[in-house]
Amino acid sequence: MSDIASRVKKIIIDKLGVDEAEVNPEASFTNDLGADSLDTVELIMEFEKEFNISIPDEQAETITTVGQAVAYLEEHVK
Amino acid sequence: MQPRRVVVTGLGALTPLGNSVDEYWHGLANGVSGADYIKQFDASKFKTRFACELKNFDATNYMDKKDARKMDPFTQTAVIASDQAVADAKIDRNSIDVDRVGVIWGTGVGGMINFCNELKEFYQGDGTPRFSPFLIPRLILDIAAGYISIRNGFRGPNFSVVSACASATNAIIDAMYHIRWGKADMIVTGGSENIINAACVGGFNAMKALSERNDDPKTASRPFDADRDGFVMGEGAGALIVESLEHAQARGAHIYAELVGGGATADAHHLTAPHPEGLGAKNVMTQALKDAGMEAHEIDYINVHGTSTPLGDVAEVKAIQQVFGEAAYKMNISSTKSMTGHLLGAAGAVEAIAAIKSIIHGLVPPTINHFTDDPQLDPKLNFTFNKAQQREVRAALSNTFGFGGHNASVIFKKFVP
Repeated sequence: MSDIASRVKKIIIDKLGVDEAEVNPEASFTNDLGADSLDTVELIMEFEKEFNISIPDEQAETITTVGQAVAYLEEHVK
Repeated sequence: MQPRRVVVTGLGALTPLGNSVDEYWHGLANGVSGADYIKQFDASKFKTRFACELKNFDATNYMDKKDARKMDPFTQTAVIASDQAVADAKIDRNSIDVDRVGVIWGTGVGGMINFCNELKEFYQGDGTPRFSPFLIPRLILDIAAGYISIRNGFRGPNFSVVSACASATNAIIDAMYHIRWGKADMIVTGGSENIINAACVGGFNAMKALSERNDDPKTASRPFDADRDGFVMGEGAGALIVESLEHAQARGAHIYAELVGGGATADAHHLTAPHPEGLGAKNVMTQALKDAGMEAHEIDYINVHGTSTPLGDVAEVKAIQQVFGEAAYKMNISSTKSMTGHLLGAAGAVEAIAAIKSIIHGLVPPTINHFTDDPQLDPKLNFTFNKAQQREVRAALSNTFGFGGHNASVIFKKFVP
């Protein structure tokens, strides 16, 4: 697993209170990991803080699974 | 309609003396001080470096981590104390009408700890706004009542009551009125406050409201002692289940006591100082007695506001003597804040529980830390100094007063069917 993927995983486990085994690339924040709309906003915010980037709202709306988050960050984090 | 009788059928508490009603009462009965040096933040440069903090408190022992981190501590303690009270009252959600069960909760300040942390993070950053979507839900004062309703599915009247250190008492009185006049059958009431952080200790210090007895925290809260020098901050929550007598009897509930009356007044005098003759305090106790349909001599115990401030303690005693006259010499008076510190917006809740337990156990908890008599106070009054006293308590009155000049009193009575 890449460094970015493991940091993303750690944030998701901490913020959503889920088991590590549940956090697979296909897992949807809302459908599989029990996040509501506020949790999802908070996750994006935590990614921004952790990786010191700014994710525009229209991009943030397309990040709905663990895999999408990792892919977005791997592309945008320098 | 005829006014309905209101009874108390469940209790819950998280206090500096223990994280359950039993531990709390054990501490009160044995004159234990909950004060110690502050652990929640570095207070080394503060005028006051001690408080009555909760002991071994970790919200995740009581709820999911995911839920806990969405709540400021004042909501965590509200939820935990109310869970205890709901369990204690043995409420079966399937056999009651949840549309007739409400939550009326008191808190003075709200989610200050989380709010201050987020502001600090923002101002230390480069100006990029990265506020949590939970900033507002953690901050707002009503959210404790909201969480309690969500957790239990109670869909009746739901709101918070704010009157600084009188908040929880005002909440209990509102709950009583709702049940008395048929607006609800059962209400989860009480209050919570957790604001032992830099801003609040610093703010109270700036007002010169807090004791600065840093060399001996455990004796710092000394209501009615000649050398008292201010209050000691406390934190925690108290919860009470109140319901109509018919509702309690229909579901076979155990009844702890009857909630017979309440009063609420204002000093209309000063932002923070009490009226020197205790005018608002006198009026509120008179009003509570009238509301309960009781005479002064029927009250055996007053759990006073008695915060250990130079002015407040004297004004309250003047008021008691004006209202109770000769009967004041036959009753017990005590300030349990000598042990718990001042739980601020939650004080009225944990002190109502102390009043109820005194009725149940026939024991008046003491005013600890008495060393020197204050010549301003009548020595013929019984302040229950230093050691609990056994006596029959037919009825107990609890006073709370808040900055802003708010006064609120409630009266609990031994339940007689």
